[in-house]
Amino acid sequence: MNAAHAAAHGDDHHHDHKPGFFVRWFCSTNHKDIGTLYIVFSIIAGLIGGTFSMIMRMELEQPGVQFLLDDAGNPNGQLWNVFITAHGLIMVFFVVMPGLIGGFGNWFVPLMIGAPDMAFPRLNNISFWLIVPAFFLLLASAFVDVGAGTGWTIYPPLSDMGHPGMSVDMAIFALHLAGASSILGAANFIATIFNMRAPGMTLHKMPLFVWGMLVTAFLLVLAVPVLGGAITMLLTDRNFGTDFFRPEGGGDPILFQHLFWFFGHPEVYIMILPAFGIVSHIVSTFSRKPIFGYLGMAYAMVAIGFVGFVVWAHHMYSTGIDVNVRAYFTAATLIIAVPTGIKIFSWIATMWGGSIRFTTPMLWSIGFIFLFTVGGVTGVVLANGGMDLALHDTYYVVAHFHYVLSLGAVFALFAGFYYWIGKMSGRQYPEWMGQVHFWLTFVGVNIIFFPQHFLGLQGMPRRYIDYPDDYAGWNMVSSYGAYMTGIATLFFVIVVFYTLFFGRKVDGNYWNVEPQVMTLEWTLPSPPPFHQFDIQPVVK
Amino acid sequence: MKKFASLLSLPFLLPYMASAQTGAPTNWALGLQQPASPVKERMEHFHDLLLMPVITGITIFVLILLIIVVVRFNRKSNPVPSKTTHNLPLEIAWTAIPVIILIIIAIPSFKLLYYTDKVAEPEMTLRVTGFQWAWGFEYPDYEIERFDSFMIPEDEINYEAGQKRLLSTDSVVVLPVETDIQITVTADDVLHSFAVPAFGLKTDAVPGRLNETWVRITKPGTYYGQCSEICGKDHAYMPVEIRAVDKVTFEEWAKLAKDDLEASYAFLNNTSEMAALPASIEESPIQPEEDALNTPSEPQNILDVTDTSGE
Repeated sequence: MNAAHAAAHGDDHHHDHKPGFFVRWFCSTNHKDIGTLYIVFSIIAGLIGGTFSMIMRMELEQPGVQFLLDDAGNPNGQLWNVFITAHGLIMVFFVVMPGLIGGFGNWFVPLMIGAPDMAFPRLNNISFWLIVPAFFLLLASAFVDVGAGTGWTIYPPLSDMGHPGMSVDMAIFALHLAGASSILGAANFIATIFNMRAPGMTLHKMPLFVWGMLVTAFLLVLAVPVLGGAITMLLTDRNFGTDFFRPEGGGDPILFQHLFWFFGHPEVYIMILPAFGIVSHIVSTFSRKPIFGYLGMAYAMVAIGFVGFVVWAHHMYSTGIDVNVRAYFTAATLIIAVPTGIKIFSWIATMWGGSIRFTTPMLWSIGFIFLFTVGGVTGVVLANGGMDLALHDTYYVVAHFHYVLSLGAVFALFAGFYYWIGKMSGRQYPEWMGQVHFWLTFVGVNIIFFPQHFLGLQGMPRRYIDYPDDYAGWNMVSSYGAYMTGIATLFFVIVVFYTLFFGRKVDGNYWNVEPQVMTLEWTLPSPPPFHQFDIQPVVK
Repeated sequence: MKKFASLLSLPFLLPYMASAQTGAPTNWALGLQQPASPVKERMEHFHDLLLMPVITGITIFVLILLIIVVVRFNRKSNPVPSKTTHNLPLEIAWTAIPVIILIIIAIPSFKLLYYTDKVAEPEMTLRVTGFQWAWGFEYPDYEIERFDSFMIPEDEINYEAGQKRLLSTDSVVVLPVETDIQITVTADDVLHSFAVPAFGLKTDAVPGRLNETWVRITKPGTYYGQCSEICGKDHAYMPVEIRAVDKVTFEEWAKLAKDDLEASYAFLNNTSEMAALPASIEESPIQPEEDALNTPSEPQNILDVTDTSGE
């Protein structure tokens, strides 16, 4: 109805025909409104997922179990496992993906390519409204029976015989819905990017964020169905007597791990490629220089996406796979460092010779570059199949993937938020508040995660509710960092509300983006009209 | 080159070389647990002498570049931005140099990987079975039937005897030093992972599969490990405790353990001062009394130090 409405008034964009509240937000087919819904959803889910991590760090501050006790006062290991599972699944599927892909992707891919909307606006609507019930299913699974305490990897047999009752089935359905949402969204992005670019915008002139989204969309379309298959097989093992992963019926639990990580490894690139794109634009804008080595940057992302599909078993070095297979996966995994290095050095080269303004989004981006480097080099350590036996499933791995995701993808989320909030809302955040938020978070997350390298090297296993007393020192430090980050996050909530209600009103190009680095969203007013580009822009 | 590399890693080695204990984690330590097997020794060399200097060097290099950028190319010191967007030699350099670094890493990495895999001619076999939530051990060569090794609950831990919360078990796995031991690992119910950091061991226990690994323990002493694959509510409560003794003592122990595990542990307590300790006195500052007492479940008679039943 909305689409028909828009088509009927195709020439009449000067006064926005915004529908009423219910139709606008619950039946939305407008890419900007859906993007806003995704961002709001992502922030709410992030606060819930972050609350889980705060409780976990409180529990780990001291040896012994202080908080997560059952009714009899004994340590409740199952509750702990439910917490780590919920934290992982929420952060991956309901914070980073909706924020970067659904949120910024929806908002800025059409704006940057000069399109009036996404290719399939109603598909866009269902993508969002599938992820909401998925989130409720996942949250509800924690309250049904014993909860899903499997880790986000849901390995059988623990997720099969180890969890009778409905909770794991509900978590599987949550992933089904979230997966369907991602696949539909990805198909929409591919169609939009291939078909709706403004005249003159060839693939090699496309902004890097759009490149990142394009590669991400292909990874989603190829990887998520494999997860869907794996968890469906798990579902039938649990409920309908199949034996895909049950050794007593001739199945193999390791098969699930292959299927899971064939999805799971591209998934980590799904989370980081849009982040790469956002950081590229911010670095370029605030250095007042075009991005260095544009084609190298674009094809580095393509290379990362491609190689990301052939490295999955580096998550499985200890499962008993053949040593020659491990040797192959060691070599393949090390190769990923090359395109990643190209990106890091190209960002630095973009800044080199620039005239840099250290605004909040730029601070987050420089923070991203450095911390992603730290997370990247520990990835090189973990890539080695022999060395990994000392570090696999320890806090070293926890530190590694939080450096690339929590300090990588999440830093890019904040960078994008501060960069574009003026564009999205028409109101600008107070600069000092953004900078306070950045420094609190930057110091806090490093205090959380840097000491976890030491714990991992000493052998502290992950997913433990309690640890031997000789791990106490760095755990205490790590928890203090978590409290600091928690305060920073609450401060961010204040920044959001202050900006939305009292923020200074801004014009279209409030960052004074230079013409040579400008992407099309800066040619529009802030916020852009409900339907933009009634005169199709032409790229030189 | 090697000298240079070890010099670089010195700052990382120093803090934990002084205080580290063998076989168990050390509070505030910064690096790997002390090695007690050739596999872990090679891992330590690979990590401390190659990986650590390389990744630290790269991180510091990036940090220095960022600092230069921030200082030299901000709006005040460089008001007019340059227009450079390409530099082919530079782009080739930052593609080729990482490739060379990765090749330098890959060669010793493959050597280490193949070395960790299997031992050609094992002298004995230890069968390990993980289950919710403990480990079962079997010595087929010595006809010692499976016994299960449970964690000692917190309220029964004897700290004075050197027992460690969450690490000490009610039946210790006894193994000989300087022996190539094949370890086969499987599980009865869900996934577990058999891990002992001091040996560089980590092998998943998978129901329906028999995974193989190996160890050659270089120093007598007590070694701890913990389950390293999430396995349900008591995942954090299924440790491994290994007592490494000299070969002669092990043979004696095995003979006793075949019929009476309790008696075999009593025997071990009485001989450990003679058999196990001289080596550990040289190796570490741990007090002999502490080490001798470090055997769970059997109350230790401190006066009984002159017993010679071991020989």
